[in-house]
Amino acid sequence: MTQASSAAAPAATLRARLSELAAWPVRAALGLFDPPMQGLQRLIGAGRMPYVFLAPNFVFFGLFVFLPIAINVVFSVTGGTALFPSERPYVGTEQYAYLFDCGSYLDPRSCREDHFWRGVGNTARFVVFQVTAMVVFSLVTALVLNMKIRARGFFRAVYFFPVLLSPVVVALIWKWILQRDGLLNAAITTLGGQKILFFVDPTWAMFWAVFVSVWAHMGFYTLILLAGLQAIPTDLYEAAEMDRTPRWRVLLRITLPLLWPNLIVVIVLSLIRGVQTFDEVFVLTGGGPGTATLMIVQYIYETAFANQVQNFGLAAAASVVLGLVLFVLTLVQLAVARRKEA
Amino acid sequence: MASLTGLLGSRRNGAGRPVHWTDIAAYAYLALGVVMMFAPVLWLVVSSFKTQSALLEFPPSFLPFAQAEVTVPGQPQPLPLFRATLPDGTVKELAQLRRIGLVAVMIDPADPSQQVRIAIDKREPVRRVALSTSNYTEPLRQLAFTTYLRNSVFVTVVATLITLLINSMAAYALAVYEFRGKAAASLAVIGTLMIPITIILVPVYLVVTKLGLVNSLWAVILPGAATPTGVFLLRQYMLTLPKDLIEAARMDKASEWQIYWRIVMPLTLPALAVLAIFSIMWRWNEFLWPLAVLTKTEVFTLQIGLNAFQGDLQTQWHYLLAMTVVTLIPVTLVFVFLQRFIATGIGSTGMK
Amino acid sequence: MADLKLTAARKSFGTIDVLHGIDLDVKDGEFVVFVGPSGCGKSTLLRMIAGLETLTSGEIFIDGARVTNLPASDRGLAMVFQSYALYPHMSVAKNMAFALENMGLKRAEIDARVTRAATMLRLTDYLDRKPKQLSGGQRQRVAIGRAIVRDPKIFLFDEPLSNLDAELRVATRKELAALHAEIGGTMIYVTHDQVEAMTLADRIVVLRAGRIEQIGRPLDLYNKPANLFVAGFIGSPRMNLLPATVLSAEGGSLRLRIGAAELVVPRAAAAAAPGAAVTVGIRPEHIAVVPEHGTLDVTVDLVEHLGGETFIYAAAKDLPQITLRCDGQTPSSRGEAISIRFSPDHLHLFDATGAAIARP
Repeated sequence: MTQASSAAAPAATLRARLSELAAWPVRAALGLFDPPMQGLQRLIGAGRMPYVFLAPNFVFFGLFVFLPIAINVVFSVTGGTALFPSERPYVGTEQYAYLFDCGSYLDPRSCREDHFWRGVGNTARFVVFQVTAMVVFSLVTALVLNMKIRARGFFRAVYFFPVLLSPVVVALIWKWILQRDGLLNAAITTLGGQKILFFVDPTWAMFWAVFVSVWAHMGFYTLILLAGLQAIPTDLYEAAEMDRTPRWRVLLRITLPLLWPNLIVVIVLSLIRGVQTFDEVFVLTGGGPGTATLMIVQYIYETAFANQVQNFGLAAAASVVLGLVLFVLTLVQLAVARRKEA
Repeated sequence: MASLTGLLGSRRNGAGRPVHWTDIAAYAYLALGVVMMFAPVLWLVVSSFKTQSALLEFPPSFLPFAQAEVTVPGQPQPLPLFRATLPDGTVKELAQLRRIGLVAVMIDPADPSQQVRIAIDKREPVRRVALSTSNYTEPLRQLAFTTYLRNSVFVTVVATLITLLINSMAAYALAVYEFRGKAAASLAVIGTLMIPITIILVPVYLVVTKLGLVNSLWAVILPGAATPTGVFLLRQYMLTLPKDLIEAARMDKASEWQIYWRIVMPLTLPALAVLAIFSIMWRWNEFLWPLAVLTKTEVFTLQIGLNAFQGDLQTQWHYLLAMTVVTLIPVTLVFVFLQRFIATGIGSTGMK
Repeated sequence: MADLKLTAARKSFGTIDVLHGIDLDVKDGEFVVFVGPSGCGKSTLLRMIAGLETLTSGEIFIDGARVTNLPASDRGLAMVFQSYALYPHMSVAKNMAFALENMGLKRAEIDARVTRAATMLRLTDYLDRKPKQLSGGQRQRVAIGRAIVRDPKIFLFDEPLSNLDAELRVATRKELAALHAEIGGTMIYVTHDQVEAMTLADRIVVLRAGRIEQIGRPLDLYNKPANLFVAGFIGSPRMNLLPATVLSAEGGSLRLRIGAAELVVPRAAAAAAPGAAVTVGIRPEHIAVVPEHGTLDVTVDLVEHLGGETFIYAAAKDLPQITLRCDGQTPSSRGEAISIRFSPDHLHLFDATGAAIARP
């Protein structure tokens, strides 16, 4: 060994010994669970170990998902203001009756609980526009991205970026742009128009609620549709070319029919999410002006938590109604997923 | 003449074909998309560096400007700089000493001995690009935003760790073992997918209250720790691992836990990474549930804190914008470095 | 029906040259087969004719008209894809009618053509089924039907039999030959299987590494290969190609040293000079087992009894393994020392560059 390497050798072994020392607590920590788990296995047998593995997850599921669903129903058939079911008097379907007490279901003002029906109406209108816009824009974007584009990965990432932002951030970004003295109004006045108070006008408020929602989530659905488009074999398009197919016909008779399963997924998924919309709209408009953009989930939240008087029973009843709607939609989703795999 | 199969869904490259109008339209659409997706965020970032008064300007300028200041010999403090029109018509850059009513007393920085009186409407401020970094430091120092930040980090990290642990355990059980009730368990997991937080707000609140967790960060961490998507994602991946590895480990007298912890988990790292990224994003961005269950400001997460701050009557936009930028930094970092993982993760879960 | 002409057709993908200057003339009604090993450019050539790939340089003419820059949809050709490329969501009838609808034909005419093609290809019972409900052979016939109804100028086939199992391949091959006889269209067919080429083609184009090695009628290629590659490619089992050295020329024949023996090739005296390295080609069926005094003494490595014929693989000193084919059932066995004789009327000679210098 030369002089240099013999000097390096002790340094190397020191480094090795140090990393061994550092690894010891890590390895110890990693092995922390071994003895107790081994003991447990000896106790109950290897065959019962799967249940041990499932246990923590299912305790959480049970406590925070299944139990609540049951309690929800209990809440919805009890009255009073207490939080604990034992302190609440049984009232049967009174809450539901109250909820559904309407002169005409289409006119929220004729209802006892008009906010609920406003929420239903707003959510329905929101969903129709949002799902339509979402599907259209995602489809167009996916079709464009599917062309032989350079830097397709970059563009795909660009559209996907807003999906990652938190709803609060998304809402604030657009709230800032839509201010009375914000960027959009600056552009409008520069072009000679008048400032528009977007959050004071109910139609504009709903428009921007839909717009912001589509802006924030479009990338996700574009990804799904793009995957579907790329699954279509290219020789089908070559065959269509040999068959002298004009461009519009290729889109209509070949691309779209083969993309249909993915389109259905996108429609159902965005429906399910759209019906539950809350976060962005709440931060953007607060449900306003007035109740113009009040959605169902906001109604539930306010009834249970934000109002002067917390009405858990009514909120639960509304939750059950919403849950039933979602249940139907999810069944549709599962049916579609199963047919896709067939 | 181009053989066109472009916009209609084809990816074929007729190599060397001339540019078609749909190509131009496509790139134009994509360019518009880049603008639409990035410009609002860019505007947010740029605005967050403007002073409060600059934010009140209309129409707003693009870059953050602040008035330039100049140190004049003989003066203790730097003086604001203006472009003044002198009585003889010349325009000069003068520093303002003080303002009395409608008249400003100004001096030439090059010749401070001379004082000139200029009417205030004959001068305009000289502006330079300046970043008002106090927008960022003030809320973190004076207001509770450091607390909010800490809370968000705590929730995200702890929740992700718990999720990784218990989801992988459940996935392991469902992937590797055959046992009575397996089908029921799988069904239960699917069932959970159908029950979003929006419809069980009230009863979960009850459970959390009963557990004494209201207004603690654990109230936010625990309910969402067991995710069905996580279980499916990990189970899918674990199913692709060779079964003989596990058999061999059993022959080597390893306990079931050791097989899980020391063999399967290290091999599942890619899927764990994807789940970790998803979990970090979900938890950092979570809004509705924390809103319902956290009412004391000291436990607010960043999202709730932001929302509360913007509800104030006199919204301090300069602080709000800055804190909004802070809130979106972690997710943007994830995006920049790891977006490939996210895209493949979505593809593999098949949008369950 | 139309004729096809390619002049100096070249194709490069970036810096990689795939086809180097192809010149080709296909006559009206001819069945031409492009054959060659993987990567030789035959599929690319076909796609260039179809219009699915552009030419880097050169021209294509169909019926005298220049189509080099015409898109695929305007060339009036029909293609049967290797994967069949049937529209999975359309029935068989719709698959076949699709192109006709694009051409704006009347419903009655479309139905008539589809019915006629379906009858020809025995698909009438399957017209309402979707492709995934059909077997591989049926799908292939639908793909052919889709081409037939168009009444194209030229039919293009891209390795249509490669996805079928062996038995089906033989049956479909015969059907394709019958089809050509019945319709009589110009057909260009790409395959890597020389058996298909030999059985179906009016003329074969042998391609290698982007160049035409030889064009000709099947038997011409078989009997008079122009170079080593064609000689080894056409014919199964492969022609024996044995290295040899020229010793001397005597009386019109060439005397060669081959392995440890000597061989006289008649009528080849002018082919090569003494000392030159050459390759001798002889097909297995032209080697006979003789009791004594043959061309070579060899040892039997392996015998394959197929019943109707026998293949003997033999080792000779300083030579690669030699394959012989005998009619009927020969009682040779492993390790046996036998004497074999090359038929002097069936010897091929190739020079060091691989070109044929003497043929039977």
